[in-house]
Amino acid sequence: MNIKINGENREIEKEITITELLVLEKVKMPETVSVQVNDEFIDQDSYENTKIKDGDDINFLYFMGGGA
Amino acid sequence: MRDFSDEELERYSRHIILEDVGIEGQDKIMDSKILIIGAGGLGSPVALYLAAAGVGEIGIVDGDVVDLSNLQRQVIHATKDIGVPKCESARAKMIAINPHIKVNTYKKFVDASNLLELVSGYDFIIDGTDNFSAKFLINDACVLANKPYSHGGILRFGGQTMTIKPNESACYACVFDRPPPKDAVPTCSSAGILGAIAGMLGTIQATEALKYIVGAGQPLYNSLLSFDAKTMNFRKINFKKNPKCRVCGGEGIKELKDYEAVVCESKI
Ligand SMILES: [Zn+2]
Repeated sequence: MNIKINGENREIEKEITITELLVLEKVKMPETVSVQVNDEFIDQDSYENTKIKDGDDINFLYFMGGGA
Repeated sequence: MRDFSDEELERYSRHIILEDVGIEGQDKIMDSKILIIGAGGLGSPVALYLAAAGVGEIGIVDGDVVDLSNLQRQVIHATKDIGVPKCESARAKMIAINPHIKVNTYKKFVDASNLLELVSGYDFIIDGTDNFSAKFLINDACVLANKPYSHGGILRFGGQTMTIKPNESACYACVFDRPPPKDAVPTCSSAGILGAIAGMLGTIQATEALKYIVGAGQPLYNSLLSFDAKTMNFRKINFKKNPKCRVCGGEGIKELKDYEAVVCESKI
């Protein structure tokens, strides 16, 4: 199935959960990224049981804390 | 509207001839009060441009003194200022650019005990801080006090920013629920920052503040602009206010708390 991650088209073999997607995308610390699926933010507690579906538009938003 | 002196008409002529600003817009800029929290990498360009623009009253909050390692990017400070309080060093340059403006200095760091009072005297707030506790605290204070503000963050070759109009657009906590675990996210002091990146992001924040004051265009409400200067890719991610947001949704927050406390409570 085809999905979009941070604006780029990607193909993945089967339906997976956000937790699995984070592993696939090599996100080491899921606490440091905010996940948005089709304009909605997903609660960290629901990563385990939220399935990514064909056509989903996914954004990973990373913390950036510098300024000085 | 005020009577502009000949000097002011000339000083601000490029604003006055600018469609969407004009003499009315310049008048609004001169009537406005903006608070800049942090006189560092982001605060420096913001302070310089807002002073040049003629913002009537500018507050600068920073508890630090200028250090040699700041000068690679904190362009408002000079080598001779090493050891001088950053808010005083910043004030001197701002007044040198524009003697018409008033600059209020606060030599302190923001915390839950002083932030609400600080923001209450201003129309727009700039987050130029360098740590998550302060960034989340500024968000909470601006939501509580209903003050629009610009969030900014930079790291290595990248930056991100969003503009928040509390209760109308998504707040920082709508996007990032709470601060990341301590040391989980690198900082500029641990991972470095290309100096000019601070200028790229700070000038966007100054622009957002001025757009808000004059009412021109579309501020970065409900969207996070991020860029990677290595590729010069700029990306805007759109979202909506989160009805379940810990800070601005449903119950929301009722009082300001320092983030050490908030993070500890959330673990219980
Ligand atoms: Zn919110």
